[in-house]
Amino acid sequence: MFENLSEKLEKSFKLLKGQGQITEINVAETLKDIRRALLDADVNFKTAKNFTNRVKEKALGQDVLAAVKPEQMMVKIVHDELTKLMGGSASELTLDGSPSVILIAGLQGSGKTTFTGKLANYLKSKKSKNPLLVAGDVYRPAAINQLQILGEQLEVPVYTEEGNTDPVKIAKDAIKSAKQKGHDLVIIDTAGRLAVDQEMMNEISSIKKAVNPHEILFVVDSMTGQDAVNTAKEFNDKLNFDGVVLTKLDGDTRGGAAISIRSVVDKPIKFVGTGEKMDALDQFHPSRMADRILGMGDIVSLVEKAQEQFDENQARTLQKKIAKNQFSFDDFLSQIQQIKKMGSLKDLAGMIPGMGKAIKNMDFDDDAFKEVEAIIFSMTPEERDNPALLNGSRRKRIARGSGSSIQEVNRLIKQFEDTRKVMKMMGKGKGKNLSQMMSNLQMGKK
Amino acid sequence: MGLFNKFSSSKKDKLDEGLSKTKENVLKKLTRAVVGKTKVDENVLDDLEEILITSDVGVNTTIKIIDRIEERVAKDKYINASELDVILQEEITSLLSESENESVNGFEGDLPAKPYVIMVVGVNGVGKTTTIGKLAAKFKNAGKAVTLGAADTFRAAAIEQLEIWANRVDVPLVKQKMGSDPASVAYDTLASAKSNNSDVVIIDTAGRLHNKVNLMNELSKIKKVMQKVVPDTPHEVLLILDGSTGQNAFEQAKQFTNATEVNAMAITKLDGTAKGGVVIGVSDQFKIPVKYIGIGEGVEDLQLFDRKAFVSSLFGKR
Repeated sequence: MFENLSEKLEKSFKLLKGQGQITEINVAETLKDIRRALLDADVNFKTAKNFTNRVKEKALGQDVLAAVKPEQMMVKIVHDELTKLMGGSASELTLDGSPSVILIAGLQGSGKTTFTGKLANYLKSKKSKNPLLVAGDVYRPAAINQLQILGEQLEVPVYTEEGNTDPVKIAKDAIKSAKQKGHDLVIIDTAGRLAVDQEMMNEISSIKKAVNPHEILFVVDSMTGQDAVNTAKEFNDKLNFDGVVLTKLDGDTRGGAAISIRSVVDKPIKFVGTGEKMDALDQFHPSRMADRILGMGDIVSLVEKAQEQFDENQARTLQKKIAKNQFSFDDFLSQIQQIKKMGSLKDLAGMIPGMGKAIKNMDFDDDAFKEVEAIIFSMTPEERDNPALLNGSRRKRIARGSGSSIQEVNRLIKQFEDTRKVMKMMGKGKGKNLSQMMSNLQMGKK
Repeated sequence: MGLFNKFSSSKKDKLDEGLSKTKENVLKKLTRAVVGKTKVDENVLDDLEEILITSDVGVNTTIKIIDRIEERVAKDKYINASELDVILQEEITSLLSESENESVNGFEGDLPAKPYVIMVVGVNGVGKTTTIGKLAAKFKNAGKAVTLGAADTFRAAAIEQLEIWANRVDVPLVKQKMGSDPASVAYDTLASAKSNNSDVVIIDTAGRLHNKVNLMNELSKIKKVMQKVVPDTPHEVLLILDGSTGQNAFEQAKQFTNATEVNAMAITKLDGTAKGGVVIGVSDQFKIPVKYIGIGEGVEDLQLFDRKAFVSSLFGKR
C-alpha cells in the first residue's frame, strides 16, 4: 500500500534520463507522483496542491548531477521544502509565571491525558519543575482516575475535586492550591471535544479566560486524515494555541497531518509522542518528519554525501563501462573505496529507502570489505580487467596471496559476476534494486 | 449520576446532525462541481476527486470510483448533474456492498451462537471502551443478557472506565487487577458467561498500535485462550476505526486482520467534521463489513451501519 515516494519517482523519471535539466515537460508526471505521495500520507488536498506548485517552481531549470539520479534531486527539493514548511528549529515552551500554567486541548482519544503525564515527567526531570496536574476531564468515565494513576507512577500530585463537574472552577481552584503548596508548574488536562460542539468549545474558552495559561498545547493524533485542517483551525480560532503535539508517532502512519496543520495555523509543533511509556516524548524534528512523510530513509543525506564524494566524470565513465559490461575488479575496488569514504556500511544502507527496516536487526561488519580488498589486491592487473582468466591455479595463487581460502576467492568471483549482471541490467534501465546487490555482498560474508 | 443524564438527554436528530455536516459539505462542493454543466467533463471529475480525497476516501479508491464513472460516461455519453449524483451513489454503495459477507443482525435479532462472543480491537484512542458500553446497553435493551470482560489491563483506569459503563448499563463485568494477563481475564469472562447463561459477551482489549508485533501476538493469544472455553470464539472480531483517521486505517485493518481475523468494523466519532471516507476503501479491499457507527457520546448514538443510508446521507438524499 505505502509505496514510497522515491520508488514511485524512479518510474516516472525514466522520461528524464539523458536530459540535463529539469524542465516543465519532464517534471509533470513526477509532480503528479509527489502529490499522490503526499495525499497517501494524509496531507490535506489543497495543501498538497499548493505544495507541488511550489516544488515545481524550485525544480525548473535545475541541473541534474550525473552522480545523482534526477528523481533523487527532486526528492531533495521536496524534502527541503517540507522541512521549511514545518518550521526550522525546535521551539521551546514558555515557562514563565509562578506558577506557569499549561492548558492541554484536543479531540477525544488524541492522547491528551497520556501526554499530560509525559509532559509532567519531562519538565520534572529535564527542567527540575515541581508540577501539579489538574484533572479537568469531568465527562469521560474514569478519566480522572487515569490521570491519578499516572500521577502516582510519576510521583506528581494530581488536583481533583470530587463531585465537581465544573472544569472552569476546578482549574481556578487548582492554581490557587498550586500557589499555596509551592508548585511552579500547573498542567491542566481537559476533556476531549469535537470542534463542532459549540458548548464544549465555549467551555474550554472559559477555562482559558479563567486561568490565563502561558502555554496552550493542541494535541492531535498523527493518524488523522484530511480533517486535521478543520479541527486545527477551529481550535486555533477559539484558543489561539501556542503549539501542537503529535501523538502516536510510534505507529506506522506517515503523519501528513503535521503538514496540513502547519499550512492552516502558523504554530510550531513542539512535541511528538512515541510510545505508551511515560518517557516516550520527543522534541519535534522537522527534517525527520519530512523523511517520514515521504516514506524514505535519509535519502537526502545520501544525495548530499554522494554529491560530496562522487566524481561526476568518473561516474560517467563508469556508467559507460557498466553498459558495455566492462566493469572490472578495479572498478569494483574503487566503488568499495568510495563507499567506505561515505561512512559506515550500516548507516549507508539505512539511508537507502526501504532498507532501513530490513537491516535494522542485521549485524553489519565494516571490515567486511577487508577480505574482498585483499583478494582483489592479490590479482594481477590483467586478471582484474578480465576475470575470465581466473582459472583454478590462478585462484589458488590468489587465495594464498590474500591469506584467504580458495572457497572465499570462488565466492567473491561468483559475487562479482552476479553484480556485473545486475549492473548490466541497471545500466539498461531495467535495474531494480541496489538492496539486492547489498544483500549479495552481505551473504558472501557468511 | 449527572454524567449519565447528559448522555441520555434526547438526541434523536443525532444521525441527521452528525451526518448532515458531512452532507452539507459534500453537497455544496458537488453542486459547485456540476453547476452550469450538462455532462461530466474533466473539471467535474477533478472536483469530484477533491470531494472524495478530502473525505479521506484515499487516492486508490478515488481513482477506482472515478474510473468507473468515466467508463459509464464513455458508454452512455451526456451525463448530467443529477445522473452523476445517482451513479456516484451506486458506485460507492457497491464498493461497500461487495464486502458484505453475511446479513448484519440487529440488536433484537437472534444471534448465531450462545454466548455470542465479540472481541473488540483497535489502536489507542479510537473509542473501544465507549463503543462497548453503548453496545452493552443496546443488547441489554433488546432483552439480551450481556457480560463484559475488562481485558484492557494495561492503560491506566481502563478497567474503571468499563466498570462505570457496566454499572450504568447494569450488566456483570469480569475483571482482574491492572497489569494482569488479559488472556486470563478473557478466559474468566467466558467461563463466567457460560455459567450465568449470557447471550452476549463483549471483551475489551487494550489499544495497541498495529506495528507492535508483541502486542499483536498478545491479541492472537487472547483469542486462542478464549477458544479453550468456547470453541469457535470470538464470533465477532470488531475492529474500531476512528472516523477521523486517514489512510493509516488500511494498515490498521491489515495488521489487525492478520492477528485476529477481523470480521466486522465500527466507525466512531462521525459526529465531527471528519467524513470517515477511508472506510469505503478499507471495506472494499479487505471485504470486511461495517457493522456499527458512532455519532455521538450518548448510548443511542451507536447505530447499526446502513450502507445505503450512509452513502445517501453523504450525498444529501435519504
